[in-house]
Amino acid sequence: MENNNEKADARTNRKDFLKKSLFTGSLLAAGAAGLNNLTSCQNKSGKKVKVLTPQGQVVEVDESELGNPESCCAATPAEARKGIPGKKFVMVIDLSRCKHALKCQDACQRYHHLSGMNVWLKVFKMHDGENMAPYWMPKPCLHCDKPPCVKVCPVNATYKRDDGIVLVDNERCIGCRFCMAACPYSTRSFNWEEPQYLHETRGSTYSPETGFPQKKGTVEKCDFCPDLLKQGKLPHCVTACPNGVFYMGDLNEDSVSNGAETVRFSQLIKDKGGYRLNEILGTEPSVYYLPPVNRLFPFEDPETGAAKMEKVN
Amino acid sequence: MEENKIQLREADAINLLHQYNQDTLPKRFGLIGKAWTGLLLIVFLTGVFFYTTQLRNGLIITGMRDFVFWGIYISNFVFFVAISLVGSLITAILYLLKIPWRAPLTRIAEIIAVSAIIFAGLIIIVDMGRPDRMMNMVQYGRIQSPIIWDVMVVTTYMTLSILLLYFPLLPSIAFCRDHMKGIPKWQHRMYKFLALGWKNTSQQYNLVKKAITILSVMIIPVALCIHTVTSWLFASTYRPGWDSTNFGAYFVSGAFLVGSGGVVVGMYLLRRFNAGYDKYLTNDHFDKMGKLLALLAMIYAYFSINEYLIPAYKMKGEEAHHLNELFTGYYAPMFWSVQFFGMILPIVVLLFKRGRKPRTMFIMAILVIVCAWFKRYLIVIPTMSFLPVQEIPEAWKHYTPTLPEWAITGGSLAGALLIITFFVRYFPIISVWEVAEEKGISHDVIYKHLHEGNEK
Repeated sequence: MENNNEKADARTNRKDFLKKSLFTGSLLAAGAAGLNNLTSCQNKSGKKVKVLTPQGQVVEVDESELGNPESCCAATPAEARKGIPGKKFVMVIDLSRCKHALKCQDACQRYHHLSGMNVWLKVFKMHDGENMAPYWMPKPCLHCDKPPCVKVCPVNATYKRDDGIVLVDNERCIGCRFCMAACPYSTRSFNWEEPQYLHETRGSTYSPETGFPQKKGTVEKCDFCPDLLKQGKLPHCVTACPNGVFYMGDLNEDSVSNGAETVRFSQLIKDKGGYRLNEILGTEPSVYYLPPVNRLFPFEDPETGAAKMEKVN
Repeated sequence: MEENKIQLREADAINLLHQYNQDTLPKRFGLIGKAWTGLLLIVFLTGVFFYTTQLRNGLIITGMRDFVFWGIYISNFVFFVAISLVGSLITAILYLLKIPWRAPLTRIAEIIAVSAIIFAGLIIIVDMGRPDRMMNMVQYGRIQSPIIWDVMVVTTYMTLSILLLYFPLLPSIAFCRDHMKGIPKWQHRMYKFLALGWKNTSQQYNLVKKAITILSVMIIPVALCIHTVTSWLFASTYRPGWDSTNFGAYFVSGAFLVGSGGVVVGMYLLRRFNAGYDKYLTNDHFDKMGKLLALLAMIYAYFSINEYLIPAYKMKGEEAHHLNELFTGYYAPMFWSVQFFGMILPIVVLLFKRGRKPRTMFIMAILVIVCAWFKRYLIVIPTMSFLPVQEIPEAWKHYTPTLPEWAITGGSLAGALLIITFFVRYFPIISVWEVAEEKGISHDVIYKHLHEGNEK
């Protein structure tokens, strides 16, 4: 394990050296190291780590300063519009690893305190044709580069940030639901009534970066967890998935991580034949899919499973 | 000898004009009129009541959910915008084309336009999740959004329509001011205020006519815009059934049809409940409107064929899913009834001279209007239902409007009818001076006549 880390460090150092003059090169190295460290850090104070500040600079800080959710609060609606400079977030979803565990969905619902029927991350059973193999497909918001939802919003309540993340400002939304009509991926949900929270809602300052607390009469959707990304952490769905289905990363650094491994984004897409949903629409999503080949798990439908059980009984 | 003849003509003209004006003075409602107004008030207030519950509880009281997120509020909005287009057709297009028989119909068309566009604006606010943030559209308005275009053209159209109703109304209000006896004081004051000191001078008439011409030229592109932009609210999305380049023309052609239907219903009811109106709204007018209605229905049929049959020829993917639901699926009974009763049957009936009798026309026009309402339901809702979808409760996949939703929608329709009803109660619905002008009675005669009336 340590050997591997050393190798990786040596590799990144070599790259760093080679591309020292290139800003993107240094970003790549720092990003890879940073992501590795951040995702595995657990109260090991005293150790210095490299992190990327929101301004895009690499700084060394004590590890104990990281990972405290209270230390980094979500931005106000005005601040949330800016985005993290120098970043362009991408997600890769490896369909060959998904077995419909729904841990991603549970984590998303829990950490975003989603109430009611609103589900941000859905996992669909895909069965494209009679003679096609069925598979599971998690679908978050695709955070399109040319988002149709942003185009139609009459009040700029939904917007795309410099880092590619599409957010909704629930303090500005007028609830016309035109964005829901425009989204070709049916990603958005609406708060038809006053949200009812089952648990105590700690801290009630609203931030578009968490979408919490939800507001009656406004639209909401998956936000890529920018409050976590800002701290160099991975979104909840990525860390919650037991099979490493989700990779999150930065297109500028060309690296994505699923928590267990950090890989080159372009290589991953090239090797595994990555694609995006409905490319024909020209929306240019930031979420890429790897096709369900060489699957880790056989496809099991809970419905047919239940049906079998009934037959046995 | 020759002088005598002219004198006679002038005397005839004055008599005729006096009779016209007396005929068309607004009268007190009888029992039916009162019952009608009362009914409308009850329906309207019920809608207002349910809207207050919606304000309290949110849109949860409607049948809309994430999957079918637009419902009858939106289809009703499209209906209102559609029917309001007739103002521009009868008052502007036919006016500029110098069609003589349009004179007694202008005010009917224009009050339909004004009331419908007012309630189009109101019902769209009802659909908003956060009506309290309406001013965000001014503060943060983005010109890229078709909704902002719609807000701009609808308010412009509303303004132009109100002016186009008001300017030709000035001489009529002045007549009410000068000649209506035994009316409450407030009513007289209202006429006095609204008449803006109208004196029936030639100069004033010329100014009004100039204003009408300018407004008529202006309102035609705006009218085309309101319904085209309304169609773009749908056509600018990627959804099957909405993603159509034909939508603007399809909407506008349907709008002229339903609006003309509205005018025919207005003509019939006015004639039915006002003795003497058959002098102004003659069988010939019904015949002409019948021909117009048939022509508009045929144009609508043309765009409908473009809208449905060409995608049906290809039957591509999700589009096929949508079309199958319309043609043979869940919505088939409604779809084919609407096509048949709202378009094909009127074309067939109105092509025959016997079909253009007032009563038959009235029935055809009612069919056209009712079918047009449901047609808009079919344009808005099926596109969102029946697409393959998972991970949502079964109840969300189908949309059924709830009781409060029907009540609010019904209230908006009753509200628009109330505006028309109150207008008919307090203002002359026939534009006498325009009718007189069509009959060849000059302004000088009108002027003389009215001044004699004043001296008496």
